[in-house]
Amino acid sequence: MSAGPLLEVSGLRKTYPGVVANDDVSFSVGPGEVHALLGENGAGKSTLVKMVYGLVRPDEGRMTFAGQPYAPSSPHEARSTGVAMVFQHFSLFEALDVAENVALGMETPPPMRTLAASIREVSETYGLPLDPSRLVGDLSAGERQRVEIIRCLLQDPKLLIMDEPTSVLTPQEVGILFDTLRKLQSEGTSILYISHKLEEIRSLCQGATVLRLGRVVGSCDPREKSARELAELMVGTELTAPAVRAGAPGPVALKVDKLSVASPSEFGTALREVSFEVREGEILGIGGVAGNGQDELLGALSGEIGTAPGAVALKGRDIGALGPNARRRLGLLAAPEERLGHAAAPDMSLVENGVLSAWVRKDLVSRGFVDWKRARRYAEEVIAAFDVRTPGPDNAARSLSGGNLQKFVVGREILQKPEVLVINQPTWGVDASAAAAIRQALLDLAGEGAAVVVISQDLDELMEIAGRFAALNEGRLSAARLTEALTMEEIGLMMGGAHGMEVAHV
Amino acid sequence: MFGSIDPLVLIASLMVASTPILLAAMGELVTEKSGVLNLGVEGMMIVGAVAGFITAVETGSPALGFIAAAVGAAILSALFAVLTLVFLSNQVATGLGLTLFGLGVSSLMGQGYNGVRPPSSPRVTIPGLSDIPVFALHPMVYISLLLVVAVWWVLRSTRPGLILRAVGESHDSAHALGYSVRGTRFAAVLFGGACAGLGGAFLSLVIVPQWTEGMTAGRGWIALAIVVFASWRAWRVLLGAYLFGGVTVLQLNLQAAGVAIPVELLSMSPYLITIVVLVIISSDRRRAAANAPASLGRSFHASS
Repeated sequence: MSAGPLLEVSGLRKTYPGVVANDDVSFSVGPGEVHALLGENGAGKSTLVKMVYGLVRPDEGRMTFAGQPYAPSSPHEARSTGVAMVFQHFSLFEALDVAENVALGMETPPPMRTLAASIREVSETYGLPLDPSRLVGDLSAGERQRVEIIRCLLQDPKLLIMDEPTSVLTPQEVGILFDTLRKLQSEGTSILYISHKLEEIRSLCQGATVLRLGRVVGSCDPREKSARELAELMVGTELTAPAVRAGAPGPVALKVDKLSVASPSEFGTALREVSFEVREGEILGIGGVAGNGQDELLGALSGEIGTAPGAVALKGRDIGALGPNARRRLGLLAAPEERLGHAAAPDMSLVENGVLSAWVRKDLVSRGFVDWKRARRYAEEVIAAFDVRTPGPDNAARSLSGGNLQKFVVGREILQKPEVLVINQPTWGVDASAAAAIRQALLDLAGEGAAVVVISQDLDELMEIAGRFAALNEGRLSAARLTEALTMEEIGLMMGGAHGMEVAHV
Repeated sequence: MFGSIDPLVLIASLMVASTPILLAAMGELVTEKSGVLNLGVEGMMIVGAVAGFITAVETGSPALGFIAAAVGAAILSALFAVLTLVFLSNQVATGLGLTLFGLGVSSLMGQGYNGVRPPSSPRVTIPGLSDIPVFALHPMVYISLLLVVAVWWVLRSTRPGLILRAVGESHDSAHALGYSVRGTRFAAVLFGGACAGLGGAFLSLVIVPQWTEGMTAGRGWIALAIVVFASWRAWRVLLGAYLFGGVTVLQLNLQAAGVAIPVELLSMSPYLITIVVLVIISSDRRRAAANAPASLGRSFHASS
């Protein structure tokens, strides 16, 4: 092996119709280096690594791997060269077991029996215990990621790409993952690490390349920079923290008492005796790793899932049997996580999407007919108030970028002046400045006396805006505690600690 | 009243009666496991029936007839594959269209073959066993049983089977790992077409044996239902097909035995019983869905 870089990328460019995803991107990763790719959502990090992994072909530019020209035409080729990738989404099969999932990610898998044995061996060596015969659909998010990592490790990769690996982990699980990565690094494996979590990068990486709008805007040694400097490099502007309005919480607005609900989906999580209450003027943050009952909780509160009598009460009134529109009429609004297909109908215009949720409270329907003039005015109002970037309210929801649509669906609920707002993942996939605007809007809403329940996997977000914090773990909700008094360690334990990893020995 | 029915003869005739549905359902099982819902089974069966019939009559060879049936129905399914996998048309609508098209094309092709007798196939003769009715059937009956074993084994234990299941489970994941979603699905659709064609030819060359328009009489739909009934498992497809065949044969025997139940009721009983069993099986939605391919019926477009 030469002493030069393991992977060298120079002048990569990739365009999609109407969008330049990457333009003149160059960087290099040395042998045994953990190199970070930093950037906001939409900065082009994912496209870039897809080109390294052979999923997308660059329009221009060259790559070399260990000194040799490298232009993979498929992931098979990338894997046989020694590049492995841990995906953030989309690469596991829920109905197949762990061993089958691992076999699908290997070039020449051994027979199933030997494979199961080597999965056990590798998982023990790296402190990632895993049973090869379990169905992936039954695993927690952290365990699923272990499947992906082990799939990569079984092929002795020279370069391991990790796309946002910690977004689904509890703080304890992050610690174990980092131990594994450092062990790999000490064995000479290079790691290309994508994230927008700056503290992680500062503690793990030796080099960083920062992307903004598809271009490299800087490279640095993250250990020598502060998180704030990195953030400003990433966003390009100075960040302002949202202003919290202090105010004494009022009477209880929403009370949930021993709510148990079966999940409507096959691999979902049932809620078990969830109890909490939110007061007027207060934000309650509900954290937890994805897939621990968040969707079910939102469904039970919004009225999509009916509940037992007495389990959900709005201002003392039992609303368990009421549907979403009846609850809207009473002042309880909800914004689900999935933007396309749940919060918004993808092929309908913003005006129509506005009518779908706001007609009850904004009087957009008279005598059975939609009042399109008012509906249009309402959509325009949302667009103006939340700075939604779109040519006009008649554009289909699908045509908006994720962040802009998110601003629209959140704004649509907030402008209805809810008395209680339940919102799941309010800033998921939204860039930093838009996220700050949404958080500010939630704080303002609470300041005006509404009770707000924010369900989120972004702990920093919850710490920033919520007065009290509770965590969902396998369908159970911990007791709510004041956020100011909480440490990361305690939060991790509330989220269930390291799921099934206590036996790990690294 | 059952005195006149010999159980071995009954079993032998139920095996024969079930074979077309078994073949078509095994093909559809593989197609659906890859994530494609092809509702054109009925159309592919009847095209297989007519293509096999014409070839066998013209060449005098039933074996060539079966091959032509498989090829003919596979060509029809290739049309479906191109429309749904390349042009991303709606699978349900295209499948229904395929059935209507197949019914029309087959009656056009079959003109002039009404009332003709096809050459009869040689029976397998195993010394000592051939006196027992169950062991003296048409070779396709045994081939269809071998097919069940083969599909079960391939899906469960081989890498191509694993890839097929992976594509049907999550085409996005399979694509991300570098597997060809479109190629896998194309092959599965062709296999499904060929199997349906064999089933149709067995009907026109062995069971009836004659060409009549619309002679599949809804067997393709029953095959589709049996795949759901079997919750996408090869062995349960066998069970479902033989159950349907068994009721069909039994009602014929009961008619012959002069049971005092109206003939119409008896002849609709196989369909009725299949529907009832389907409803019972599917009533537990979570269990029925447990083995269903998660990407079933969803179009795949590589956007990345």
